[in-house]
Amino acid sequence: MVLFGDVVILIMLAVTAIMIIRTTNLFVAVMLSGIYSLLSAGLLTVMDAVDVAFTEASVGAGISTVLMLGTLALVGHEEKKPRRRPLIPLVVVTLTGAVLVYGTLDMPPFGSPDNPIHHHVADYYLEESYEDMGGIPNVVTSVLASYRGYDTMGETTVIFTAVVGVLLLLARGPRSPRTTRSGGSVKREGPADA
Amino acid sequence: MHDRVILRIGTKMLIPFILVFALYVQFHGDYGPGGGFQAGVIFAAAFVLYALVFGLESATKALPHKVVYVLAALGVMIYAGTGYVTMALGGDFLDYNVLANDPHHGQHYGILAVELGVVTTVFGVMVAVFYAFAGRGRAER
Repeated sequence: MVLFGDVVILIMLAVTAIMIIRTTNLFVAVMLSGIYSLLSAGLLTVMDAVDVAFTEASVGAGISTVLMLGTLALVGHEEKKPRRRPLIPLVVVTLTGAVLVYGTLDMPPFGSPDNPIHHHVADYYLEESYEDMGGIPNVVTSVLASYRGYDTMGETTVIFTAVVGVLLLLARGPRSPRTTRSGGSVKREGPADA
Repeated sequence: MHDRVILRIGTKMLIPFILVFALYVQFHGDYGPGGGFQAGVIFAAAFVLYALVFGLESATKALPHKVVYVLAALGVMIYAGTGYVTMALGGDFLDYNVLANDPHHGQHYGILAVELGVVTTVFGVMVAVFYAFAGRGRAER
């Protein structure tokens, strides 16, 4: 039954992906990518990765879709026709894909429980986390916030850096013509008042 | 947007529940799925919904740009600060065992503190990015 669910969701994922490629209406593409995220969240739930599914549903299907719609409001709804046939990009993509597939041939079998990645520190985390953390049942939280707290601090910093980049690119945009026109005394304007 | 009664009333009814659910996800992260990242996004989603229905001006009146930027930075400071506190108490960086007499309680406090940092940053960042996109479209019209 679980396998049946996997197969159905995977087929729907593939269909959604093909529809995203085929459509030239960007609004439809954004909506379909939201659906794609929601289907991925469903697939992750079926595979018992509820924490990841939760993130995918809220970030991928929720906030990302809103931000993409915000972008569409700026750039318009219709995809422009490509000016020439994309032959060279096709060759490059095919070659890169072939090299990547070749690179996976040496890797341990996909999804096998004997893979080294599942026995480096994962065994310790799974067996001892309840005892170490004084009864926190969610191992994902223990790993994320305590065992690997240093990594999560890096992730938090990355998110913060991302917003700094977005603000540098976007938030000052509409203001800049006025600042340059104001004679010699160009006032420094932070993104806070944009 | 004044004529869309169902949309306005529905949004007003939904937002408190979205906020409470975000808090539930935040503080229940130790026991069920969820944690700082998800809670921050859901908390931000409530404000995004408010801004979509009632307009960006109303949203920035309730939650000004400056507050959002401060929150985004504050979260990282809370997280790193927890690390410095544990160092000051004689442990390693982000070694929560020293936060309380019982190392198990220390782990609980430590995880609570860093999750608070994560939720603050993620909330601030998501709302700030949304403000940036929505505000730009408005200003150029």
